[in-house]
Amino acid sequence: MKASAGGYARASDVRQALEMLAASDGSGRVLAGGQSLIAAMNMRLSTGDILVDISRIEELAGVRETSDSLWIGALTPHAEIGRNALIRDHAPLLSQAVGFIAHAAIRNRGTIGGALAHADPAAEFPAGVLALGATLHVEGLDGPRDIPAEDFFQDIFETAIDDGEILTGISIPKAASDERQTITEVARRSGDYALAGVCLVKRSGKHRLSLFSVAPKPVLAVQAMAELDRGDIEGAVRALQADIDPSSDTQATATYRRHLAGILLRRAVATIQGESE
Amino acid sequence: MTGLFRDKVDIALTVNGEPVEARVPAGQHLVDFLRASLGLTGAHASCEHGVCGACTVQVDGKAVRGCLMLAAQADGAEVWTVEGLSDTAEINDLQEAFVERNALQCGFCTPGMLIAVKELLAGGGVPSRAEIREHLSGNYCRCTGYEAIVDAVETVARARAERGAA
Amino acid sequence: MTIQFGNPDRPNSYIGKTVPRPNAKRLVQGRGIYVDDIVLPRLVHVAFVRSPFAHAKINGIDAAEALNVKGVLRVFSGADIAKVCTPWVAVLAHLKGLKSPPEYPIAVDRACWVGEPVAAVVATSRAAAEDGAALIDVDYEPLAAVTEMMTALDADTPVLHADMGDNLAFQRLHEQGDVDAALKSAHKVISARFVTGRHTGVTLEPRSILVDWNPAEEQMTAYHATQAPHMIQTALAKHLDLPEGRVRVICEDVGGSYGIKVHVYPDEVATAAIAKIMGRPVKFVADRLESFTSDIHARDHEIEAKIAVQEDGTIVAMDVDDWTAIGAYSVYPRTSAIEGNQVVNLCGGPYNFKHYRAKTTVVFQNKTPTCQYRAVGHPIAVAITEGLVDMAAAEIGMDPVEIRRRNMFRDDAYPATSPANMRFEGLSHHASLNKLLELMDYDGLRAEQAELRKQGIHRGIGIASFIELTNPSPFMYGIGGARISAQDGCTVRMDPDGSIVALSGVTEQGQGTEAMLSQVVAEGVGVPPSRVRVITGDTQVTPYGGGTWASRGAGIGGEAALQAARALRDSILEVAAAMLQSEQSKLDIRDGAVVDSATGEARMPLEELGRIVYFRGDTLPKGLPRELVQTRHYITSDYPFAFTNGVQASYLEVDTDTGIVKLLKHWCVEDCGRVINPQLVDEQIRGGIVQGLGGALFEEIHYDADGQLLNGSMADYLVPMAAEMPDMIIGHVETPTQESVLGAKGAGEAGTAGSPAAVMNAINDALRPMGAQVTEMPFTPERILRALGALKD
Repeated sequence: MKASAGGYARASDVRQALEMLAASDGSGRVLAGGQSLIAAMNMRLSTGDILVDISRIEELAGVRETSDSLWIGALTPHAEIGRNALIRDHAPLLSQAVGFIAHAAIRNRGTIGGALAHADPAAEFPAGVLALGATLHVEGLDGPRDIPAEDFFQDIFETAIDDGEILTGISIPKAASDERQTITEVARRSGDYALAGVCLVKRSGKHRLSLFSVAPKPVLAVQAMAELDRGDIEGAVRALQADIDPSSDTQATATYRRHLAGILLRRAVATIQGESE
Repeated sequence: MTGLFRDKVDIALTVNGEPVEARVPAGQHLVDFLRASLGLTGAHASCEHGVCGACTVQVDGKAVRGCLMLAAQADGAEVWTVEGLSDTAEINDLQEAFVERNALQCGFCTPGMLIAVKELLAGGGVPSRAEIREHLSGNYCRCTGYEAIVDAVETVARARAERGAA
Repeated sequence: MTIQFGNPDRPNSYIGKTVPRPNAKRLVQGRGIYVDDIVLPRLVHVAFVRSPFAHAKINGIDAAEALNVKGVLRVFSGADIAKVCTPWVAVLAHLKGLKSPPEYPIAVDRACWVGEPVAAVVATSRAAAEDGAALIDVDYEPLAAVTEMMTALDADTPVLHADMGDNLAFQRLHEQGDVDAALKSAHKVISARFVTGRHTGVTLEPRSILVDWNPAEEQMTAYHATQAPHMIQTALAKHLDLPEGRVRVICEDVGGSYGIKVHVYPDEVATAAIAKIMGRPVKFVADRLESFTSDIHARDHEIEAKIAVQEDGTIVAMDVDDWTAIGAYSVYPRTSAIEGNQVVNLCGGPYNFKHYRAKTTVVFQNKTPTCQYRAVGHPIAVAITEGLVDMAAAEIGMDPVEIRRRNMFRDDAYPATSPANMRFEGLSHHASLNKLLELMDYDGLRAEQAELRKQGIHRGIGIASFIELTNPSPFMYGIGGARISAQDGCTVRMDPDGSIVALSGVTEQGQGTEAMLSQVVAEGVGVPPSRVRVITGDTQVTPYGGGTWASRGAGIGGEAALQAARALRDSILEVAAAMLQSEQSKLDIRDGAVVDSATGEARMPLEELGRIVYFRGDTLPKGLPRELVQTRHYITSDYPFAFTNGVQASYLEVDTDTGIVKLLKHWCVEDCGRVINPQLVDEQIRGGIVQGLGGALFEEIHYDADGQLLNGSMADYLVPMAAEMPDMIIGHVETPTQESVLGAKGAGEAGTAGSPAAVMNAINDALRPMGAQVTEMPFTPERILRALGALKD
């Protein structure tokens, strides 16, 4: 179908974007890579939006390092995340995740900030930054705000970004030298949204486990993490079931997704252990 | 609402090497603009929700979904479509290989497919069949079953690698 | 007329060779002309408001707000269109008892499926038409919906069309021999329930039509993405009350069809009606989302079936109880009873056995109508048959290859008649199977499978033999009263420069029809294919014909082209003989020149003959015929259908933790008679296989209990994509039909017919040691895990 937009304006910096959002009388939508938003507009799931195009704001793109963390600009495209050396060295989970996300042409325009702000519970990056313990940076006319990933994802397509705010970037603690990170998922076809997926990080003997496509939002599986820290993998597989809340759709039932979550956790643990040996 | 926002947007860009100026509806996607306003009907609109790849065009050197980019966002961009790439003969070898191997039947997916392949082969080297399949996994073809396309891409990759080595 | 097909060194030997497709170069440059690429002066666009309810009474339509949208010109209700367009009833006399109510282009007072058109909005752009459509306020009164196939005939299920009396559209029982006695006395009887998922075709080019009505000339021109231009001409003329001669259907490039574009669609007829009312061109291009609810669906079947075998593997009986639900209406004009009918006709097809009973029950429901889609009924019948044969082999401990060998019609048994009363002129099941086993190294694969099994890797090998119905005679539609031509024609002419033009009634949607015709005509006349220009898809220009469907293009259209080309050759040689004062029998045409047939010595280029005939006819003997235009028609008459046969194999791996199936390789050996262009045939087979693989693993339309379509987007309805599809090895056995000189049968549907069964058998081969079996398509990871008992609820 043909999209029906209420208006369009392109911002050249964050301040201007925020002012535009403020001027949009509540119907403003931030347009970055547009790989989800324009699809939704074309399906007329969203009509009459006032589009604030932030895709040309240079200060929001790129990857920088500090002594202990990486800053990834919200407008960094998936393809760039996939080939960026800093990310490969310090947050390899995100590099791996890119291979699961959609297809080459989508990865060229889709941005990590867009994916996080869209908060699709089946998407890879939200669960990835959750497992990595990232901090999300948002900015409003009142100034910037930092939100831990644990607090950022609130429900299906809902985040802690307030009206009038824009996600500007994320910070991720650099991986320790003994750190292991992995992401794995099962999808019907390459690039499809996962039926279920798992991100696992092992840092100084402690585990962070997040799952996607098994709840209305990406979940940090705290009970399973505790079992993993104890070294009880089967205990973690059992505990996982209390951490997740999958639903049924035309691709799979909740029961299947629960089964898959356990399988994927075992596989992720095996991958990390294999790397350690 | 303030005058900041426009429901018709003025854009200036280059398409297939030629400068274009136009006023486009705010919600119009790039492929509709190329087809309806410029008569460039090579790229096709099919699913219009980013899944099928029939609308794939090249924007600022990258393959993108023409239905998931607004024409308004193409202001200042350099856009290439299959028509322009045919005129410059840049993908001539690829087109010949597609014809030779019958890597197209109805031809509706082919312009998008060619632009996706162009990007893959721009990376150099000879990708494996699995890599070719993976790269094209976002371009739907109902006719061929894909094997002939993979064959054609492999043939061109090899030929280019040999030419490069010679 | 004889052509030494066996001699590859014969002159002008283009039939049997891979020659390039004349249209491919254009298409790779983006120079195709699909309907949506065509723009006419004063063009307007139509978008349809579609029912959001599976069943609802329409109490009123308020268009006031829509008409205020900038660019919106007119809004039409069903009643508005009904004033200029009569409804149709899709029944055929030979499908006894088939019933369906009158169907209007736009629902008049009741909508019967989610997606049925209820109003049309015409605007200066598609976007404006959609803006208007979103503001149409329809007052619906929801009615009880019929959505369950198996309870559609129960007494407490509401009747969808009160005038029809019940929800039964059609039922047919075929019985041969004494099935009950055979089942009772057999060594083993194996039963199974099969389900094939409701599919749709997902042509990459959506359904598209642009209709222009010129009131000054009283001429309607429809640019249409269709497989059957003459059939559409007839339908538009009949229901819009126009003389057929005043309707011209032009079919330029078509972006995929597969049976989807061979039907009369309500929204397309409505578009023509609107063009007639408004007196200007109107374009309708289906949006992908509306395609899912308005393109025909297919394959929605549930089947209980039995096979009875003796200890030595001999099949003694098959008993098939097929149910299918066809949506709210039988689709015009081919009807929606054909698919079920085909299941009855095709089950057990490759096998010579005595006792056969098959029943199909076709019911109405409040869903999108189903109709003919690539390989109509074949994938269902082959899955039933080959699934049962494999189960029987496992039950008696016999190799799946061996049980097939013991039961397939012998290669020297023809002509033969199947238990379903299908008549076979000549098939090659054994030769094809032998070739398949060699291509795939069956024994080697079995050894590899056993070795990997020890490592906990579960691979499976599945085989599926099949028959395919091609080259239909009037027995398919014509005898039932449908004005669908089984005959096809070709006009071949020589122009002054010696170039050849061929006009054919069969059509091109990418399968290579025009390449096939060019090489047949080239060989028939004696010129290189590059000198033949082929024109198809214009009812005002080409001979009347059926178009391209049921794998008839090469077998019917190709034969007409060959005969017309040979007739033109004779006409040319008659003139040449007079000019050269030679005997016609001593001359031949080779490579575009008249030659001495014995020595090959060049006597005269065709352009010289053309110059004399067209510009210096005065120098030729008075009364010498000089008809350099010849038309021939062809229709099959000895057999109702030209059956082909083949056999496929699938090799795959099942991940028993996740249920994911990985396709490793696929093979197909098929016999389509004379192969005209090996590359085109192979690619038809490959494309067809993958379409079947989609059905086996991915494709399924889901509805909820209220008749809401749940997965109507390309993100949710999964079609096969490149990453999951295997490489395919294709082989051929050639048993030309004796009915025609060309000897070609069809090849367009063989791939789709057999691949789902091959995959099912391979999955079950992999699962068998674990005691699991799947028979419900698509074989999703979840269904496989459930079969394995891995999921608790």
